[in-house]
Amino acid sequence: MSKQDKRNREEITRRHMGLKASARISNTIIYIILILMSIVWLIPFVFILLQSFRVELKCPVGYVIPQQWGLDNYIALWTSDFKKWYLNTFIIALVTAALQTVIVLCMSYALSRFRFKLRKSLMRFLLILGMFPGMLTMIILYRVLKDLNLTQANALPGLILVYIASSGMGYYVSKGFFDTIPKSLDEAARIDGATRFQILRKIILPLAKPIVIYTVLTAFMGPWGDFVLARYVAFGTSSGYNVAVGMYSWLTNDQINNCYTMFCAGGVIVAIPVTILFLCLQRYYVEGVTGGAVKG
Amino acid sequence: MDKNKPLEYLMLSRWGKIKYNLKAFFISIPRGIANFFLKIGKAFRNFGRAVADDFTDLATTFTKGGIKTKLSFFIMGFGSIARGQILRGLVFLLFQAVFIFYMVTSGVYWLSMLPSLGKVGPREIYSEVLDTYHYEYNDNSFKILLYGVLTLFFIVAFLYTWRVNVRQNRIADEILAKGKKLKSGKDDLRSLVDDQFHKTLLALPLTGILVFTVLPIVFMILVAFTNYDGTHDGYINNLFGWQGLENFRTMLSWSSGEHNYSATFGEILTWTLIWAFFATFTNYFLGMFVAMMINKKGIRFKKGWRTILVLTIAIPQFISLLYVSKMFAKNGIVNGILMDLNLIKEALPFWEDPTWARVTVILINIWIGIPYLMLIATGILMNIPQDLYESSRIDGAGPVKQYTKITLPYMLFITGPYLLTQFTSNMNNFNVIYLLTGGGPTNPKNSWASGNVGDTDLLITWLFKITTGPEAQYYLASVIGILVFVVVAIISLIVYSLLPSIKNEEDFQ
Repeated sequence: MSKQDKRNREEITRRHMGLKASARISNTIIYIILILMSIVWLIPFVFILLQSFRVELKCPVGYVIPQQWGLDNYIALWTSDFKKWYLNTFIIALVTAALQTVIVLCMSYALSRFRFKLRKSLMRFLLILGMFPGMLTMIILYRVLKDLNLTQANALPGLILVYIASSGMGYYVSKGFFDTIPKSLDEAARIDGATRFQILRKIILPLAKPIVIYTVLTAFMGPWGDFVLARYVAFGTSSGYNVAVGMYSWLTNDQINNCYTMFCAGGVIVAIPVTILFLCLQRYYVEGVTGGAVKG
Repeated sequence: MDKNKPLEYLMLSRWGKIKYNLKAFFISIPRGIANFFLKIGKAFRNFGRAVADDFTDLATTFTKGGIKTKLSFFIMGFGSIARGQILRGLVFLLFQAVFIFYMVTSGVYWLSMLPSLGKVGPREIYSEVLDTYHYEYNDNSFKILLYGVLTLFFIVAFLYTWRVNVRQNRIADEILAKGKKLKSGKDDLRSLVDDQFHKTLLALPLTGILVFTVLPIVFMILVAFTNYDGTHDGYINNLFGWQGLENFRTMLSWSSGEHNYSATFGEILTWTLIWAFFATFTNYFLGMFVAMMINKKGIRFKKGWRTILVLTIAIPQFISLLYVSKMFAKNGIVNGILMDLNLIKEALPFWEDPTWARVTVILINIWIGIPYLMLIATGILMNIPQDLYESSRIDGAGPVKQYTKITLPYMLFITGPYLLTQFTSNMNNFNVIYLLTGGGPTNPKNSWASGNVGDTDLLITWLFKITTGPEAQYYLASVIGILVFVVVAIISLIVYSLLPSIKNEEDFQ
């Protein structure tokens, strides 16, 4: 080995070590940032969990760790209207998830696979329609539901009706998914004499499992967080509330000092099942969100 | 790159290029507006021509058609039944029967009341037998407007169906003239799951959208031209009636009096745009950075980091947002901890001071929004060809250069439309604002305006506040809604015309 070669090799090793060291430093910085972020992201949830076990005071306080631990708040939940709200929300979510999925899939499949005369105009029209703030329509929907006697105590069917009726507007993500299934599959089946309906049932639906799960998941999670419409429709009648509306009433100025810890306990009870479901199906959610954003 | 840019463009400095593009954009605005109106004019002309063509077509169908065709003009489906397409004909006939029945029983009444929105309001009536007063309720403006619009929809649908029914005759005659057979009822039913399957699929979703979105929106647009509010609810209190452009004048014209709606509107609109801008772009860039950090080679527990962040998506927003809002309250945990650590002496005014509240809202929105962007960016970043980075490294590009020259352009190109929808949905981000601050702190300057306007109120939360309670001003809410639509539509138009390319949807198939 000549001197020149040796020097070269040393040079390369040194550079390599340098790169490695700088990579280590940057990775350490990244780890620090990620750990800090994780703390910030988890803190509210840890706090809410801790405070749900606080017994000594029911109002908001400036410290986190309870001085006296207990299940009082959970027991208080059990005796309040919370049970009813929880059941309401669960029924709404279940029915909405089922029906909304059917509607969204019908809509997106038709718009993705068929080329009919008014298709482009229809899509443009829906896009423009989506630019109106949906909140505006609540006023009239409320009065119509009231005439049909579907508000206050009967808010459940009314809410379900409103949730699913316009759900066709949210076809974008699943249409994007159907667009990615090659059309040649359809054409081959057509040549073999399958009807369009058979193609949907036998070929497309089995392939569309991820998007079906995504649609069910988002449709199921929507009603758990819906606040505005639910409050509008069930206003003033506790038996028609969903969890969001009911628990919001615990944090109003005249209630908060008696109900704050109960709110925390309720939050835990609501969050646990939804979160577990979400984390189990996370993969499909990520696929849907990513695909939807890419296709605009 | 634009092909009609001069060659000198390439020689400009970066700043020069930006200036050049901006100038080009502003120069193109008048032409764009002119084109827009020209397009509308053309659309009207085309529509007029189409209608005229249609009428001549109708006339020829009538004069040249046989007795079957002629009778179809008056009895829908007659031609189809006479030619043996019983099922099709019966559907037409049934539709006509329902339409006539509806119009006679109620449609005509609603239409006749539509111009006045009701003549006789509720009144007190003295009953001699009981020696008491009681209220008598008469016309219902709300129902008149609603069913009036519905009736108009129905008439349009009827005219369309009638036209289809007439056209059927001509098509059938042509098919018969060629010596082919007409479709039987069985064929029609079969085509509903085959050739015409999309009609079956779309029937239910579109009916829902029509009844629960289109009809309410048309109704609410019309409300902007009435005086419908809490004291004029159209039935129990007072009737409401048309009042032309009065509400738009109230909202948009500058008045020097103390009730200056246009100033309030301008303030809220400005904050709405500022909020949407920051909410969109802070999330976008920070989310992208987080995704890049987690994706970096050599970082472990990738799935774990993602799962922690994704928790904010999984947990319903009303829990996390309401809780966080209380955390930052004057007697909340954040102030409590900071005071325990002796970092501050007095509670920080997170929600009490306008500027503090606005900044806090944007910061908390980052907490909510980063996870979504992280997920999206992760998916896209993985699709960037790795050899681009390899070759740029060989050429001596550092991480910063790689980011500005490869990652960012790629991301922007792919997520351009998404950024736009994100911006407009942030403009209407009711949940974050309402659950965090409720629009507060109350702005004393605007406290006269109904709904207790606050410094973090967006147009959408203002709209919501106006529509609740006994002092609801539905007509103003409706004006605000229309203005929100106009703003969103203008922004969308501008952005779409600036985007490098509107992707052709067929490209994906």
